[in-house]
Amino acid sequence: MSDLIRKDASELAGLVSSGEVSAVEVAQAHLDRIAAVDGAVHAFLHVDTKGALASAAAVDVKVKAGDKLSVLAGVPLGLKDILATNGLPTTCGSKVLAGWIPPYDATVVTKLREAGIVILGKTNMDEFAMGSSTEHSAFGPTHNPWDLERIPGGSGGGSSACVSAFEAPLAIGTDTGGSIRQPAAVTGSVGVKPTYGGVSRYGLVALASSLDQAGPCARNVLDTALLHSVIAGYDPMDSTSINSPVPDVISAAKRGDIKGMKVGVVKELGGEGYQAGVRSRFDESVALIESLGAQVVEVSCPSFPAALAAYYLILPSEASSNLAKFDGIRFGNRVGDDGTKSVEQVMSETRAAGFGPEVIRRIILGTYALSAGYYDAYYGQAQKVRTLIKQDFDAAFAKVDVLISPTAPTTAFKIGEKLDDPLAMYLNDVATIPVNMAGLPGMSLPIGLAPEDNLPVGLQIIAPAMADDRLYNVGAAIERELLAKWGGPILGLAPELAGA
Amino acid sequence: MAEAVMNYDEAISKFDPVLGLEVHVELGTHTKMFCGCSTVFGAAPNTHVCPVCLGLPGALPALNKIGVESAIRIGLALNCEIAQWCRFARKNYFYPDMPKNFQTSQYDEPIAFEGYLDVDIDTDEGRKTFRVPIERAHMEEDTGKNSHVGGATGRIHGADYSLVDYNRAGIPLIEIVTKPITGTGKYAPEVAKAYVAALRDILRGLGVSDVKMEQGSLRCDVNLSLRETPESKLGTRSETKNVNSLRSVERAVRYEVTRHAARLTAGDSIVQETRHWHEDTGISTSGRPKSDAEDYRYFPEPDLLPIAPSREWVEELRAALPENPAVRRARLVADWGLSEIDMNTVVNSGALNLIVEAVSAGVEPAAARKWWTGELSRIANDRGLEIDDVPVTPADLKRLEELISSGALNDKLARQALEGLVSGEGDIDAIVKARGLAVVSDDGPLLAAIDKALAADPAVAETIKSGKLAAAGSVVGAVMKATRGQADAARVRELLFEKLGVSE
Repeated sequence: MSDLIRKDASELAGLVSSGEVSAVEVAQAHLDRIAAVDGAVHAFLHVDTKGALASAAAVDVKVKAGDKLSVLAGVPLGLKDILATNGLPTTCGSKVLAGWIPPYDATVVTKLREAGIVILGKTNMDEFAMGSSTEHSAFGPTHNPWDLERIPGGSGGGSSACVSAFEAPLAIGTDTGGSIRQPAAVTGSVGVKPTYGGVSRYGLVALASSLDQAGPCARNVLDTALLHSVIAGYDPMDSTSINSPVPDVISAAKRGDIKGMKVGVVKELGGEGYQAGVRSRFDESVALIESLGAQVVEVSCPSFPAALAAYYLILPSEASSNLAKFDGIRFGNRVGDDGTKSVEQVMSETRAAGFGPEVIRRIILGTYALSAGYYDAYYGQAQKVRTLIKQDFDAAFAKVDVLISPTAPTTAFKIGEKLDDPLAMYLNDVATIPVNMAGLPGMSLPIGLAPEDNLPVGLQIIAPAMADDRLYNVGAAIERELLAKWGGPILGLAPELAGA
Repeated sequence: MAEAVMNYDEAISKFDPVLGLEVHVELGTHTKMFCGCSTVFGAAPNTHVCPVCLGLPGALPALNKIGVESAIRIGLALNCEIAQWCRFARKNYFYPDMPKNFQTSQYDEPIAFEGYLDVDIDTDEGRKTFRVPIERAHMEEDTGKNSHVGGATGRIHGADYSLVDYNRAGIPLIEIVTKPITGTGKYAPEVAKAYVAALRDILRGLGVSDVKMEQGSLRCDVNLSLRETPESKLGTRSETKNVNSLRSVERAVRYEVTRHAARLTAGDSIVQETRHWHEDTGISTSGRPKSDAEDYRYFPEPDLLPIAPSREWVEELRAALPENPAVRRARLVADWGLSEIDMNTVVNSGALNLIVEAVSAGVEPAAARKWWTGELSRIANDRGLEIDDVPVTPADLKRLEELISSGALNDKLARQALEGLVSGEGDIDAIVKARGLAVVSDDGPLLAAIDKALAADPAVAETIKSGKLAAAGSVVGAVMKATRGQADAARVRELLFEKLGVSE
């Protein structure tokens, strides 16, 4: 197996632009890796060998011509299957979209293509991004490269797994309540949910419009920042996108200096319900941050305990409306149209057959929450909680520069372990959800393995809106110390995958 | 099946009608409300579509600013308050003509609210003004259009299959909703018609829509209920859809009054339902039952930002509003010294603005009116042109009038010059020259023509001499014919009387 697959994205970009290695060689090395290990990992739903090699070849032409290249030209990437790709299947992990080929590219995809990033294929996910384990994919679960019997997190388990299994140095995820950060935490990779509005949602198939945000996944802080800088920026096609300059995340990732910063530990995100090894690694990080010259204080966010409940009203409400379009009339799978049935029957059968149980559960929940007579008690009340959460964050950021917490309460659990207990599954996102509710940027950074199970633990860093650069500055400072302590990336400790 | 109806006068003697009118106006923006697709009517099915208006997964709306501006201007013209802050909302229901299975609309936060429109109608006591209270005007997107193939009625029932055209999906609509209109008594049908007509004039004056009822760019739903007395509480209403002409608005109200009255008198209740109006038969038939409990699960549209029109912008738009059509009409009637009937002719010709433009270019109002409601309307009609598309400018009319008053052209020649203009033969002077249009001012040829005419009808000279001056008409006519209209008829008459030694 080529050693190209173990290299960082920034290193690969340098090799390609200098002409030392061709982009086609880089792409082929990763396609070979996918062929070798993805049978076991199942990070990809669709591998676009032809398209990947063609776009790599196009980068090589530019290299030969001496054209100026973008920072990640020629670097391969796994794309979560929730972003529309012109000419490539986009299923959202659902049978209802099996066979659908979008006629257009999401804005994020356009930016990736323009940057010469090589899209290897579409990565697995919980159906319509509903889940924390990727077990709710209609096309079978993804397996955690650290232990194939365990989940890779979710909903973006395919993206985190492809990065940590060395199938791609970069991936795009989307995060509605933690779907980038929690998978990053349980796979020992880095993931960032940018400020809401920082990255265009145009072409991102909506789960909950007011919470969804696409973001970068990689194996280190700098690569994550480079990818962040490629996909971020104002887009007139997305009315909620923010029309102001992208925070300078690359400089921040190179700086890594937190001397004199104020760091807040969120009192409500920790303690009871958090695995002992998660807590001990988190406490070590706090000590490390202090040792780097930052001041750590405890901050209370009293509304956070209500966040999960409010989230599970707002998300299903928006989702019930967003997912109404999947009716088999205009695109995707149509079920039951034998010429004898009414259009309502065909729509109904299409939806019943096309959606999995978790999607149906949330559509029903949301439909109920928006119903006349219940709206105020559920959706209306949840919006008030959302306002309180924002106020908690505002108050906290009046005192500190960034907030920290464990990303997830536990390390990766076993496949099947929580499948029949939706509430236990939902609790995985207890620490990440408040960030989406307030539209803030958040990062998950690997901070070691839990002693009891030798599985990765993530640190969540949270910054104020449009201060995404702070995540990278803090992340880089901690990462530098940990790499020195571990003697290399934590993924080097992961077991070698069979077939490789 | 036609339902029982009661004579209208009898119905009105027993019941008090309450009206409610919902008007949907398609805005004349170049692009749709949330995407860049064309709004032109009549394109091949599903050619004016994109991921946004087809509601493809991942696509997002981006607001058309001109749509918002039009909505505010309409609100201002209808004396509404303009919201400081408002939002779109999703109206959720499943229907194949709705790409997203929700309509992006406004719910409890409309852009304009609390307005009114005064309308004048003729009553037994003369012309009277009714104030129609307006509850709201809000923005929304149109749906696609279903057509049902096979089956007798063109309705979904009994059809073999259905087709959907999404060209219309996403076209900006403004829905204007009245409050219950009370106190009209027997004039309910006239008030309804006058309201829609006045609204249409306002919208046309604003230039926000082509307001063509037959093409569906202005659509009216008529709500009607009856109650025993003006003090009774409101009765159950019916909502009649598809009322697509002014005449139908009036007829639909009248029909529903007679239908409700018959049911109520027979002891039947009114079913709250949507009804379909049939233009051909002049009746409505039952559609789907509608209940207030219909649950659209409205919630604020998370894909669009709230709209907060600045007060400066609103005041700018208010200051630039055109004159209210009713006020303007009254002013013009006074300025031009017209009767109401003359003004009706002008308005019905569709040439009001053209006449106003001609007058401001210096043409006498009477002349401008004469040409536009007469010859130019006829030419437009003959050639199948919209009156607005007749290529005659105010400057053309001014030049024509100069030539007439100098005696260079007479009425008949002027009409030929207009024909030439519409046929694209150049400007008035060029046409006059090329077609040789000139009044014959030399008396010689006229006298010769008079002699010839008198010779052809020897008796006529004596008749005229005996004092029957009216007989001169046939001679003048013959001369005009002989000179192919290029003579000045008054001069011919003068010469004829001179020759015969009679005086007028």
